Amino acid sequence: MLFVLFVLPVSAVADWGLNMTKGVTPISRDIYNMHMVTLWVVTIIGILVFSVMFWSIFHHRKSKGVKPAKFSHSTTVEIIWTIIPTVIIVSLAVPATSLLIRMDDTSEAKVTIKATGYQWKWKYDYLDEDLTIYAALDANSSEIAQRDSGLDPMEAENYLLEVDNPIVLPINTKIRILTTANDVIHSWWVPDLGWKRDAIPGFINDNWAVIEKPGTYRGQCTEICGKGHGYMPIVVKAVSMEEYKDWIEVKKVAQAAAKNTSNMVLTMEELMTKGETVYKAQCLMCHQANGEGVSGVFPALVKSPIAIEDGRRLEHIKQIIYGKKLMPAFGEQLSDLDIAAVTTYERNAWGNNTGDIVQPKEISDAR
Amino acid sequence: MSTLAKDNEHDHDHKPTGLKRWFFSTNHKDIGTLYLIFALTMFFVGGSMAMIIRAELFQPGLQFVDPQFYNSMVTVHALIMIFGAVMPAGVGLANWMIPLMIGAPDMALPRMNNMSFWILPFAFALLLSTLFMDGGAPAGGWTMYPPLVLQTGDAFPFLIFAIHFLGVSSIMGAINIIATVFNMRAPGMTLMKMPLFVWTWVITSFLLIAALPVLAGGVTMLLTDKYFGTSFFNAAGGGDPVLFQHIFWFFGHPEVYILALPAFGIVSQIIPTFARKPLFGYASMVYATASIAILSFFVWAHHMFTVGLPIKGELFFMYATMLIAVPTGVKVFNWVATMWKGAMTFETPMLFAVAFVILFTIGGFSGLMLGITPVDFQYHDTYFVVAHFHYVLLTGAVFALMAAVYYWLPKWTGYMYDERLGKIHFWLSVITSNVLFFPQHFLGLAGMPRRIPDYNIQFADFNAISSIGGFSYGLTQLLFVYIVIKCAMGGKKAKAVSWEGAKGLEWCVPSPAPFHTFETPPKLTKEMLEH
Repeated sequence: MLFVLFVLPVSAVADWGLNMTKGVTPISRDIYNMHMVTLWVVTIIGILVFSVMFWSIFHHRKSKGVKPAKFSHSTTVEIIWTIIPTVIIVSLAVPATSLLIRMDDTSEAKVTIKATGYQWKWKYDYLDEDLTIYAALDANSSEIAQRDSGLDPMEAENYLLEVDNPIVLPINTKIRILTTANDVIHSWWVPDLGWKRDAIPGFINDNWAVIEKPGTYRGQCTEICGKGHGYMPIVVKAVSMEEYKDWIEVKKVAQAAAKNTSNMVLTMEELMTKGETVYKAQCLMCHQANGEGVSGVFPALVKSPIAIEDGRRLEHIKQIIYGKKLMPAFGEQLSDLDIAAVTTYERNAWGNNTGDIVQPKEISDAR
Repeated sequence: MSTLAKDNEHDHDHKPTGLKRWFFSTNHKDIGTLYLIFALTMFFVGGSMAMIIRAELFQPGLQFVDPQFYNSMVTVHALIMIFGAVMPAGVGLANWMIPLMIGAPDMALPRMNNMSFWILPFAFALLLSTLFMDGGAPAGGWTMYPPLVLQTGDAFPFLIFAIHFLGVSSIMGAINIIATVFNMRAPGMTLMKMPLFVWTWVITSFLLIAALPVLAGGVTMLLTDKYFGTSFFNAAGGGDPVLFQHIFWFFGHPEVYILALPAFGIVSQIIPTFARKPLFGYASMVYATASIAILSFFVWAHHMFTVGLPIKGELFFMYATMLIAVPTGVKVFNWVATMWKGAMTFETPMLFAVAFVILFTIGGFSGLMLGITPVDFQYHDTYFVVAHFHYVLLTGAVFALMAAVYYWLPKWTGYMYDERLGKIHFWLSVITSNVLFFPQHFLGLAGMPRRIPDYNIQFADFNAISSIGGFSYGLTQLLFVYIVIKCAMGGKKAKAVSWEGAKGLEWCVPSPAPFHTFETPPKLTKEMLEH
């Protein structure tokens, strides 16, 4: 039965998404082929060895009246079964070596992006374009994923594999992808690109991909990075070079607009609505939807002195901008408007009711 | 009471009574029993954590626990199963059986033996107490990678000290085994005549002595990074987070063989007994075990191919890893050749041993696949890895330990266990563990990362199947406890040679083995030295 299970993924079931993906890059296809070759090799060895064993189990039984043989070694046989595995291993190591050498060559890339892992989102810098994108779990998945949300994950098509802000990459172009991290170690993995690479604070790793087929490719963080480890997906949209360039322009305009929010003046209501959105995307994972935090790790915001005392309003803003201990610095990630809104929200939600209104101007002054 | 105790002193089989017997024991059999009971208890503690994990993963969405607590379960489950269940069970067997197998009256260092056991309950009290602490139990994975592990709350120093204690305990156990085997063998029991179980434990002991101090050093560096301002692993202070991974896996890979080698030894005792035929290739078994042990110090970085090693490093570690398949293959072939042309019967120990050979080999196959660096970039940190190491550790090491318990239970208790129940336990275990772990290969290949509390619906079916296997496997093990207790209470009397084909010194003493054995060295006959 085990043999059947082992062979199953190789053939018929391959189409059901049980086997490794072939992916959409030349390297991912080579990796798939290497995987299949190895899988077949071990399957055949397994069938041979276990057949001998089961033949023996069925025939060399005391109940069949056999007398046990006395032999206890045979140098010839032992040499043979040392040499054969060695030969098999060498013949696997040769193609593996050449594949690894090809993977290692990141030279002459046309587009370079840098993925930085944060607890728990990804930041992408388009190094040739002066463009930065933050991508976190989408609001829909986030809502369903709350414990006892009462919502059915079966109804969300890309549950936990969707982000609020997917990145776009051009097809048929050598793309170099650098990985690093801001806080703890993460790992950037999109199975269709054929590899994962750890994102390590203080270090920059590189890898590359040539995506051959337009489409949306999804992956996840694959190195445990705290409670949000299962909630930082990766979404890559591969499009033609022209579409890619258009997208870059649109995003650059949006980036400039977001930087320029310091003179906006909003009503309490507008700030609270905006603030709730920002809170859900950025703060909820630690401080929780009800602002109660997690005892011993993530402090509560409800009735927290820094969030309600009038004299500590600036300290509250600065902590969001610069971070503190485990709390990341949000100053670079969020616009003045976002920080103003979320500060207002935190000072008024869950019965904090300070009545404080924080405008974007106050944030740009505090920076 | 006191007169009774005095009278007993003249008795050949005298032993202290009550709690004193267990707390102050210097008797290798009592300490072995303590180890085994402790390991079984921890097997259920760690097992219940696995049940929580499988319950949460039974369907997509978050139903039972928070992600932080889920991570704690993943972390503590691994620490308990490795350091609390499999290792102490192995040491327990070594304590019970090594003196009996080499004709020694006891372990060489009996007081240290007592201490190395009694450290364990305290170490696990430290570790388990963190479940009730502010900030929760450690949740960064048993691998304790910084910087994440440094975010642990009050539990952090308890984790580090628990690891230190466990290391001290294991090292003392290892020194004791080495001292015993090299000094206390009965005259005529030369090294190359020792039973293979003794050999594997000698080699394992050297692994323990070499590997555990490295772990102790690594976790101490974590401690000073967190509390004393050092920056061993902090990039912002000029340190290197990857350095910890090198240190950890320099311990971690030999640790894998610390768990596996005694299992090899057990299976090498059991298969010849039930095949009624000597072990095939005794000498090559010893050399293969030693080669595996030596190679295990040169393959650590295959656990970290994705950290961005230089390509020369990746190639070296790939070749070294693939090389381990050769001596491991030799062992498997030897076991099959031992069965070949034997006269086999299939009592429970043999069933578990045969299942070990098949399922450990499947774990070895996925291990070879994982060792191929470019492909590992897809497998790494997915459920494929989870399936792989549970095949080698659960259907591998744990199955061998179960085989050992059934094999030697008659010698320990003086009674035969219930064979019918034993077989039921075996078949349920082998089926449920495969339902539990085989689908995880598919999950990993399809792209499910490990250590996540919730997943996309495409992974739902196999997770549900795996969970059903998990719950059934967990329940099945209650049957094992019942069988062991039933056997200890009574049953069919066991003969000194409890199995028809059993060879070796341990079968020369009565069943149950008297409290003191081999107080004068036995005169070895040729037959006693047969394997």
